[in-house]
Amino acid sequence: MALSDNTGERRIGAPFAAFALGSLRTLASVAVTMLGLLFVTFVIGRVMPIDPVLAIVGERASQSTYDAVYEQLGLDKPLIVQFLYYLGDVLRGDFGISTLNARPVAEDILRVFPATLELATLGVIMGVVLGVPLGVVAAVKRGSWVDQVARVVALVGYSMPIFWLGLIGLLIFYGILGWVGGPGRLDIFYVDIVPQVTGMILVDSALAGDWAVFRNAFSHLILPASLLGYYSLAYISRMTRSFMLEQLSAEYVTTARVKGMSEWDVVWRHAFRNIRVQLITVIALSYAGLLEGSVLTEIIFSWPGIGSYITTALLAADMNAVLGGTVVVGLVFILLNIFSDLLYKVFDPRAK
Amino acid sequence: MTAFSRLLSGAAIGLAVAVTGGAAFAETPANMLVIANRIDDITTLDPAQSFEFAGADVIRNVYGKLVNFDPLDLEAGYQPDLAESWEVSEDKKTITFTMRDGVTFHSGNPVTAKDAEFSLRRAVILNKTPAFILSQFGFTPENVEETIVADGNTLTIKTDKPYATSFVLNCLTATIGSIVDMKEVMAHEQDGDMGNTWLATNSAGSGAYKVQSWKPNESVTMTSNPDFYLGAPAMERVIVRHVQESASQRLLLERGDIDIARNLNPEDIAGITGVDGVKIEEELKGRLMYAALNGKHPVLSKPKVKQAFKYLVDYEGMRDSFLNGQYTIHQNFLPQTYLGSVKENPFSLDIEKAKALLEEAGVPEGFEFEVGVREAQERIEIAQSMQNQLSQVGIKMNITLGTAAQILARYRARELDMYIGAWGPDYPDPQTNAGTFAYNPDNSDEAGATGLLAWRTAWDTGGLTAKTEAAVVEGDTEKRAQMYRDIQAEFREISPFVIMFQQIEQSAQRENVTDFSTGQAITAASYWQVTK
Repeated sequence: MALSDNTGERRIGAPFAAFALGSLRTLASVAVTMLGLLFVTFVIGRVMPIDPVLAIVGERASQSTYDAVYEQLGLDKPLIVQFLYYLGDVLRGDFGISTLNARPVAEDILRVFPATLELATLGVIMGVVLGVPLGVVAAVKRGSWVDQVARVVALVGYSMPIFWLGLIGLLIFYGILGWVGGPGRLDIFYVDIVPQVTGMILVDSALAGDWAVFRNAFSHLILPASLLGYYSLAYISRMTRSFMLEQLSAEYVTTARVKGMSEWDVVWRHAFRNIRVQLITVIALSYAGLLEGSVLTEIIFSWPGIGSYITTALLAADMNAVLGGTVVVGLVFILLNIFSDLLYKVFDPRAK
Repeated sequence: MTAFSRLLSGAAIGLAVAVTGGAAFAETPANMLVIANRIDDITTLDPAQSFEFAGADVIRNVYGKLVNFDPLDLEAGYQPDLAESWEVSEDKKTITFTMRDGVTFHSGNPVTAKDAEFSLRRAVILNKTPAFILSQFGFTPENVEETIVADGNTLTIKTDKPYATSFVLNCLTATIGSIVDMKEVMAHEQDGDMGNTWLATNSAGSGAYKVQSWKPNESVTMTSNPDFYLGAPAMERVIVRHVQESASQRLLLERGDIDIARNLNPEDIAGITGVDGVKIEEELKGRLMYAALNGKHPVLSKPKVKQAFKYLVDYEGMRDSFLNGQYTIHQNFLPQTYLGSVKENPFSLDIEKAKALLEEAGVPEGFEFEVGVREAQERIEIAQSMQNQLSQVGIKMNITLGTAAQILARYRARELDMYIGAWGPDYPDPQTNAGTFAYNPDNSDEAGATGLLAWRTAWDTGGLTAKTEAAVVEGDTEKRAQMYRDIQAEFREISPFVIMFQQIEQSAQRENVTDFSTGQAITAASYWQVTK
């Protein structure tokens, strides 16, 4: 009796311990990855042939102004000391002050990242909702006109420069037809009306119940999001098609068909089930790519997102902003990775 | 964007608009001015620190100065603003300003001589980038208590030399001469920063507008000051939106969602010309495009080679092609509209003459060197055009591209054989450019005068340094102007600077917008006189 009791305790404790250990392991690997990312970015930022002081004071400043800023930035200290100071600040959630606009970088990121998040999320939803069925149908009806259309759609998506499609889209749907809002997140009349909660205007306006702002924000969002959605659609549909082709030629599919199972069940309940894990990776990568910010889309649509933020910062040698932005993008990748790992476990019993 | 993509997008928009007859059209409200501009250069809105174009535009509309320019009559030069009048002492070293009565800051506090004293002292003590505009008169953090002094409703400033009054007053019209609300600013002081952190994103002025919000890379919103001493502005709200892309600005303007587009490229300007309801206004700006030859280079430093380079630039070809409408040929260091500016442009592309000069210099077979250019479309195209002409006389020019900071760092370290770039004046007085192009009192490496273009190019300007020093203390304005004309005539012949172009700003506006001014070469944009 005593023995079996013990066993029972172990049975309850073991999964918990495994879970705790797993979580700790994940956390540790996240921490090490982030530390590495920070260190590499920091060092690259410091060894670049760019004078950060000059980037701040400009070419007209006197030597005394230059020297004052040099000291202020702590550049007179050894590199490793500078890094440790920086690390300490980051751990307190302080990414430093942007030299470009004299504001805390953390504050800037909280402003620009939701803009990108809103755009990328809508974009990837479109990509998935349209891309996956398109890919599946193209695989099932291989060689048919549907497959050809899917191929052309993907090819155009791959090969068209995004600025071109973006401008043409703006020209037709905003310039000529007037169906959607122009560049920017809102019309000037709607700016600063709803209180900022998440920074995503669709969400904030819905929370505030201000549907006029919601509609206006949506009209500005729909075109750039469709554009990004189209690009992820191209990628997702091609990948779905090739995964499906592989499954459809497998023996178990033939067996299922021979057994008289309906085509719908063969495709969706058997073949599709088996590509879900691969698809998660594809979608997660696609989403992560969009979350980095699509610089050209952001420029054409005057969208104040993280892509153009990091680019502007890089060009202006605003290293605090570059580092802050890199950390956020790195974090996004890591979180998506963890999230897709979790999904694997849900969808694939072997991964449990 | 590349030239190809610019052309592609311009053509596409032009074609579609032509086919469909253009867009249905909305309009901005009658009391609101909406401008599309590139404002990602704004780093701060503190007038003691701001030194960028878009920042200067905001500050000019928010702060009053002792003396200022009338946007409707820029040619008249500086005029009384918060100072009603001024007197200059006999030794020309002391100027006493009498403050205007009855002007208030946005906070309701009256504008006093104490505020003016505080503002100028603060700018010197903070010692941010533009501080040199004031410190060149001998003001230092240590001596401001004696040199900048308020007494009752007068403010007295004492300079270290008897500078031309026009020079001192022109400098006070610069952004750094803005008068801030002492009480308001000091109420927001943190760690002895004299309100620098707070003023970076807020405003405390007495001008026509106050800053409502500044969202970096997104927009600046200003609301009018109904108590502005020159009268409440017609435009109650001004919104400057950051729109990076020329084609996007054009679409917004054609749709009527903005009133003014400030950064249209030549293709879009051409495309929008003649469109119903849109007009194009042109103003000469102060920016010069130039090439500088390094005096440390054994061949580029030869006088005949320097001359030859001035004949190896296809000025007209560039102006009429990729610079179309955005630059005019100008071969002198003072921009047109400046005191003492001249219009002589003696150089044009002349391969034979250049060949002869190179032969005289002893390098008929040509040579090889490196030019540093930052990654900006028009500069790259200028470099490519020069490369093409130089190759015709056997000179091989290798182009090194980099970010502004990279290239600038090497230029300042005197490392580049040649530099192609732009220079904009810092304040509306000829000294701003004479003091950098033609002035170099110590050409040694140890001098480290990185602020002087002549030093950066390792050029001992010879007699021009003394002549520049003399011009800056000449009290007679006409004599002073003539001195600058003479300096430029000599400079054109002997300097290692190949000055090529002066910028023209083409702003596209809705037809109902009147009296908008970008400030020409001497100041920033102003909005208070605009009507619709």
